[in-house]
Amino acid sequence: MSVVSTHRVSGWGNTTPVRARLVDDAELDLSSLGLRGAIPRGLGRAYGDAAQNSGGTVVRATGETIDLDAATGLVRVSAAVSIDELLCHVIPVGWFVPVSAGTRFVTIGGAIAADIHGKNHHRDGSFGDWVRSVRMLLASGDDVVVTPQSDPELFAATCGGMGLTGLIREATVQLIPVSSSQMVVSTRRCNDLDAVMSTMVDAEDTNRYTVAWVDATVRGASCGRGIVTFGDHADEASGADPAAYRPRSPVRIPGPAVPLVNSVTGRMFSEMWYRRAPRSRDGETMSISGYFHPLDGVDRWNRVWGRRGFVQHQFVVPLDADDVVRDALATVAASRPANFLNVLKRFGPGSDRPLSFPMPGWTLTMDLPATAEVASMLRRLDERVLAAGGRHYLAKDALVPPAAVSAGYPDLERFRSVRDRVDPNRVWCSDLSRRLGL
Amino acid sequence: MRDASGGVQNIVVFGGTSEIAVATLAHLITPSTTTVVLACRDVAAGQAAAESLDVADTVEVVVEHWDATAHDSHQGVVDAIVARVGDIDIVIMAAGVLGNQDTLEADPASAVSMIDANITGPVVTLLACARQMRAQGHGHLVVLSSVAGVRVRRAAAVYGATKSALDQFALALADGLSTDGVDVTVVRPGFVHGRMTAGLPPAPFATTPDAVGAATAAAVRRGRRVVWVPSALRAVFAVLSLLPRPLFRAIVDR
Repeated sequence: MSVVSTHRVSGWGNTTPVRARLVDDAELDLSSLGLRGAIPRGLGRAYGDAAQNSGGTVVRATGETIDLDAATGLVRVSAAVSIDELLCHVIPVGWFVPVSAGTRFVTIGGAIAADIHGKNHHRDGSFGDWVRSVRMLLASGDDVVVTPQSDPELFAATCGGMGLTGLIREATVQLIPVSSSQMVVSTRRCNDLDAVMSTMVDAEDTNRYTVAWVDATVRGASCGRGIVTFGDHADEASGADPAAYRPRSPVRIPGPAVPLVNSVTGRMFSEMWYRRAPRSRDGETMSISGYFHPLDGVDRWNRVWGRRGFVQHQFVVPLDADDVVRDALATVAASRPANFLNVLKRFGPGSDRPLSFPMPGWTLTMDLPATAEVASMLRRLDERVLAAGGRHYLAKDALVPPAAVSAGYPDLERFRSVRDRVDPNRVWCSDLSRRLGL
Repeated sequence: MRDASGGVQNIVVFGGTSEIAVATLAHLITPSTTTVVLACRDVAAGQAAAESLDVADTVEVVVEHWDATAHDSHQGVVDAIVARVGDIDIVIMAAGVLGNQDTLEADPASAVSMIDANITGPVVTLLACARQMRAQGHGHLVVLSSVAGVRVRRAAAVYGATKSALDQFALALADGLSTDGVDVTVVRPGFVHGRMTAGLPPAPFATTPDAVGAATAAAVRRGRRVVWVPSALRAVFAVLSLLPRPLFRAIVDR
């Protein structure tokens, strides 16, 4: 019997729990890892198996450094610091993170490892575009500072590298200036997918942030109807303290998990969500958390999917392959699984980072129950995604086969050659890397 | 590794020529599956079973020599499989022989090979697999038991006793593995039409290899500890187990 105690570890989707050893990064001993290696983990918001390592070690990030140069907006920050903590620190002095995902409960390390994108990708790119340097622990035991100049290949492989190039300890990130903690948001309700897409394209020229919620619970011509929101940071905020940033503490979904989402509640919610949106509204003032992180208002919202868990399937297809998006929504509408959250976004230019997800095109995210029927539906869909030259987001994935990565990420060999150089024995590995043969 | 929908990459069958195991594979193999290992004593029959599997080109089917009675070799066979395929996601223990009670009673020593094949060999191999899965931090052991082991009847005294032992062993093993991320499913079919039972009069609630396979695959996906096939047998044996012995004998040993 082993004497090392293990813990249950799973992704945010709660689909593939495994046992692993948990250690803090300060106590990590690279020489004692054994054959199954280690993977860094932040707040566990990766949906699939990216931040778990069955039978091996999962390294929890620690560290609290936030060292902001208030004149330039350059911040030196520990990998373990969450976007939430960073925002609390920098918004009152007029700075904001350059890229926000749908949750503020991701760490800086995780944001770099997944090369996260936000509603402003068409204009500002992904998180890696704003990282100026990374201090990381390599498999050799060396603690190194990597910049795009000092080691371009390692830097590119680390941004989007899913933690497989080394343990990120600290990063220097360029923030963007804001003059308030409020957003000015416009809303358009569009009765079909064409209207959603053209509204988004039009809004991109003049708005920093655009995104759409789309409905996959109605069939026929209305399938893909949705609500487009776009906006920017408010120049002049109303209220006593324009820079106040105090997100409300979340309401917790009590355990044990009870599945609240099914095809009926999903359809009801979608109908309600669509109808309560204004046909057209401009100049609405919203808080940063209300605009960027609505789901964070509910702690452990993943529990609404019950014990079986869910997949958040996200793919991107080139701009001219928008029919794949249409088919995806129609496929979901036809087979009626539990579903209410689908997000559509148009990406701007991609990067040269080998495992970075964004590329120019349409990206669709769909939350679906983790059933065998949904899996086979998504597999048929994925063939179309790959045939169109698209790819899948590894931070969300726990479903695609290895061939989907080699097809979707043509620079995979570049990533492997960086790992061959800095980690030939694959000290850093995860269930994701094992499953996909990264 | 397992994917979000419960589909697995690598499946290993011990007793790879078993009809029930082959039928179960048909229900367990998904597009995520990359390798199926059929470990069996008769490699030629294993090849035939491999060819009978209707799988996509992306699935590699490997036949390995494994003799349930050659206990000393079992750890080596498991190690070789791991070296070849990596993590084992599911093990199906399907080895076993039915034997004939009258023959065993006429030649008592012949019971040894049957006991070896039905309980000694499976236990040794399952222990080796459990050790591997504990190290992996995940995995699923599927053990083919039988209702014959739930309450053993005279006409299948040795067979029933071996299945009873295997069933109890598997359940106890499961208790020890539950905190290691390893699941165990014990399958208790009734009379199954097939090669093993050819020529025997079918018992009530008789079923087919395919029905057992479908129920087993469903139980694996749901992580159920025990599955009865057909499910009505659970209630039947709840009653049979409580009957006074003379009454039980009168009912089952007619």
